[in-house]
Amino acid sequence: MTIKDIEESLKKGVFSCQELVKESFSTIKKHDKKINAFLTLNEEQALKQANHYDNLIKKDKNIFDEKPLLGIPVALKDLFTTKDIRTTAGSKIIGDYNPPFDATVVKKLIDAGAIIIGKTNEDAWGHGSSGENTDYEVTRNPYDLNRVPGGSSSGSGAAVAYGGVLVGTGTDTGSSVRLPAGFCNLVGLKPTYGRVSRYGIIAMASSFDSIGHMTRTVYDNAKVLEVTAGVDPFDSTTVPIKVDQYTKKLGQSIKGMKIGLPKEYFVKGLDDKVSNSIKNSLKILEKLGATVKEVSLPHTDYAMAAYYILVPSEVSSNLSRYDGIRYGGSREMFGAEAKRRIMLGSYTLSSGYYDAYYLKAAKVRTLIKRDFENAFKEVDVLIVPTSPTLPFKIGEKVDDPLQMYLSDIFLCPVNLAGIPGLNVQSGFVDGFPVGMQIIGPQFSEELLYKVAYLFEQETQYYKIRPKFKNG
Amino acid sequence: MSKKTLSTEEILHIAKLGNLTLTEKEVELFKKQLSSVIEYIDKLQEVDTKNVEPLSQTTGLTDIFRKDEPDEKRTLIPEEALKNTKSKENNLFKVKAVLTE
Repeated sequence: MTIKDIEESLKKGVFSCQELVKESFSTIKKHDKKINAFLTLNEEQALKQANHYDNLIKKDKNIFDEKPLLGIPVALKDLFTTKDIRTTAGSKIIGDYNPPFDATVVKKLIDAGAIIIGKTNEDAWGHGSSGENTDYEVTRNPYDLNRVPGGSSSGSGAAVAYGGVLVGTGTDTGSSVRLPAGFCNLVGLKPTYGRVSRYGIIAMASSFDSIGHMTRTVYDNAKVLEVTAGVDPFDSTTVPIKVDQYTKKLGQSIKGMKIGLPKEYFVKGLDDKVSNSIKNSLKILEKLGATVKEVSLPHTDYAMAAYYILVPSEVSSNLSRYDGIRYGGSREMFGAEAKRRIMLGSYTLSSGYYDAYYLKAAKVRTLIKRDFENAFKEVDVLIVPTSPTLPFKIGEKVDDPLQMYLSDIFLCPVNLAGIPGLNVQSGFVDGFPVGMQIIGPQFSEELLYKVAYLFEQETQYYKIRPKFKNG
Repeated sequence: MSKKTLSTEEILHIAKLGNLTLTEKEVELFKKQLSSVIEYIDKLQEVDTKNVEPLSQTTGLTDIFRKDEPDEKRTLIPEEALKNTKSKENNLFKVKAVLTE
């Protein structure tokens, strides 16, 4: 069911908000003991809210014009600050933090009628690609419980995949919405930097953090961005550019659209099965009227190195505020990955190394952004694999941080350039979802959704549901 | 490329910069892990960045101001601000003395 179907059903009284929310919690209770997608449930409040909305609908069927997400069950990644609902960032150090305010995006979702079902598990502070860096139980992939769901927004990805909620929010600093979307057969958006407010989102790397979400379909994803996007006086990096009605252009033709295939992404290290799936998807897009040509992003090979200098530098600064005085515990409680990133950032920013590392990487960032700008002179969008491999096994990369970092090799360049990327499903290989990323220039979200929607309608992979292998 | 190895002193130094205390086991583990990451990021030295400006704000927004006036919407009352602390006194956060006589 999509958000549109639910709106129709609620209007006609096929089911009530309360029934919808109860169904959500019963699905979660059925699966979550094994999947570990949720850290906190908001059951009492959610049911109360649903009851309130049922009364509103009875009084006024046009309430949906005012509240476009009325009754929609939403899960929030635990980096999203929620007033009076525990917010842990997936870490133990603030495991008892009960915030006195809502993040702007949370407020916008609530004002639009969304029902907050709970807070989801994640790599602590957003540091990871698998979900395994959580300080709590590791989230499992509903398609195969021995595999990772992708991180860092692991719980949101798994919860949407198994049907606990319709929308799972996430943050994407280097991969964290698109990778779980790719590993869990979902649509996942990393918006343009500054399109969605960061106020109240626990900061990882402030010049990278992009606030996105995962859904099962493109329509739902576009619908949520209509609510979350826009200028926020509390976040001075939000950009005063008009928010499009992203759902309006879905279904329009992509005839004549030029798609670029960056040759640097189809190299050694890319699983042949993933590569073949993407190539097959490009044939479908050609059938829909697009043309495909090879382009070059010459500095791709340096993106990860620049990313793993700049991001830990910002991380070390952002995590310095956790001192156990105003809230949370002491710094000994940081997990291993947070410690690694704080130390790495302290190293690259330290006296004698700043020019060689931080400044050098900030210059390479300019070159990477320029590569994308040059490519977009030739083509409208780029298509690349989301991950070089299929969802990997739990435990496979935990002892080798560098290998874990390289899981994001096709995703981080987008964050360096501040441009948007959208994961849609390219297909299935050996029973596992394969993600494909559509990348566009800054503020081209409408275009990305247009391409994704036609592809989705043609392929309909969203109809495939997880089978809980090894469950 | 030369193999980069961080010394115990370097590990302890950057831990101190980050206000972290490490166990002996962590020192050994992070020495190995961070050395391999630093060896990897060293590849940036190959890139020619002559005449290239550094970038940190990707959308190019500059000089965003607000009026320097109190805004109730971004203010917490003392009870809210203090509700998560483990140590308070008279509506204030209580911390260890920084200065001594």
